[in-house]
Amino acid sequence: MATTLLAIGTRKGLWLATSEDRRSWSLSAPHFLMTEVPSIGIDTRDGRTRLMVGVRSEHFGPTVLHSDDLGASWDEPAGGAIRFPADTGAAVERIWQLRPDSADRPGVVWAGCEPISVWRSDDGGESFELCRGLWDHPHRSEWGAGYGGAAAHSVVPGPEGTVHVAMSTGGVYRTRDGGGSWQPRNSGISAYFMPGPAPEFGQCVHKIARDAADPRRLYAQNHHGVYRSDDDGDSWTSIADGLPSDFGFAMLADPRRGGRIWVVPLVADGERIPPDGELAVHRSDDAGSTWRRLDTGLPTHEYNAVLRDAACVDAGDPVGVYVGTRGGEVYASADEGESFSTVTSHLPDVLCVRAAVLP
Amino acid sequence: MTVRVLLPRLLADCTGGRTSMSLDLPEPATVRALLDALATEHPVFDRRVRDETGALRRHVNVYVDGEEVRRLSGLVTPVPAGAEVMVVQSVAGG
Repeated sequence: MATTLLAIGTRKGLWLATSEDRRSWSLSAPHFLMTEVPSIGIDTRDGRTRLMVGVRSEHFGPTVLHSDDLGASWDEPAGGAIRFPADTGAAVERIWQLRPDSADRPGVVWAGCEPISVWRSDDGGESFELCRGLWDHPHRSEWGAGYGGAAAHSVVPGPEGTVHVAMSTGGVYRTRDGGGSWQPRNSGISAYFMPGPAPEFGQCVHKIARDAADPRRLYAQNHHGVYRSDDDGDSWTSIADGLPSDFGFAMLADPRRGGRIWVVPLVADGERIPPDGELAVHRSDDAGSTWRRLDTGLPTHEYNAVLRDAACVDAGDPVGVYVGTRGGEVYASADEGESFSTVTSHLPDVLCVRAAVLP
Repeated sequence: MTVRVLLPRLLADCTGGRTSMSLDLPEPATVRALLDALATEHPVFDRRVRDETGALRRHVNVYVDGEEVRRLSGLVTPVPAGAEVMVVQSVAGG
């Protein structure tokens, strides 16, 4: 059986776990101890494995490193992989997202950052270029900051130059020319924290994901609201019926099977804990029409939240599902969420998990 | 002229393991000129203490002969010959 790598980014370092069966895990010593690791990308295209991490020191700022030997050594470009051009007068605060593009665009990696910005790399994440079309967008001065900071936290590449991003706050934006021009795509998504009807932009969309079978179908976990779009983001409809709550941060789509998604509900904006203090994942196999609660192996006493990137899936068969909590627990499912086992406990707050079956 | 520079142990991996060094600078020198000189040889160290706008990171402090430069003239604070310049992280984080 192939080895699965699970990278766990926390508030105080990175841990790497490996498993042959996704039930029994071997955990590394910490990497980048005392440094926040909010973003991880695992690039397994071209039959190799490159691990990318966005780390941030409270004192010494953010940077991107990569490893081609599963963390035995790390490389950091001397000049920095993500640096705002001088004319912007801006400085990167945090790298929120590192997302390898599809197999037919080798070397392309996307990054989402704070302040709100999207970046593209054509060399496997060693250097990134600012997407000027989004940075210079006339809406930018009106985008706000969610509790965690003003960030482009979701970058979801699609076919033929289409990329969707989600930002807090600002909502969903789409480009169809590879990042040159961007349009807001929030029709139908609520912004309950603002008076009046929902605006064209300004929503606090927490996470978006693209359907495996239909690239025009997207899913969104909003700051209250769970939605699906069947028209590439042009319009969104609620799929929250059947969930215990429409609040949460994570949104996962099955990379193999269309219509299958997972969310991790929390009670509410003002009560960011699992409903009834019991951690559960909810899965839909019909694009959000119906939901099923999955909690086998998850704690029945859990008062920590699962953050937006602290849940992920791998591309195994069956798909693996991973969830980390702010209490430092990490759970893995080798059977699409039907049952979970504990990977590790007592880590610092889990900010990001990413998993891949190694080539 | 020569100045003495003390560097944070936490950044020793960016300075070839060194936590202190003597640096030759043309006169008149400023904190910015000193950091620019360090950046030539240690670019990663520079990114740790200054962001890409050139500003000192919020939780990094620089002292010239015991005086914190934010209380003086910031990065244009003069660095006299024979000065001791200390770069150190502030108390932050948890």
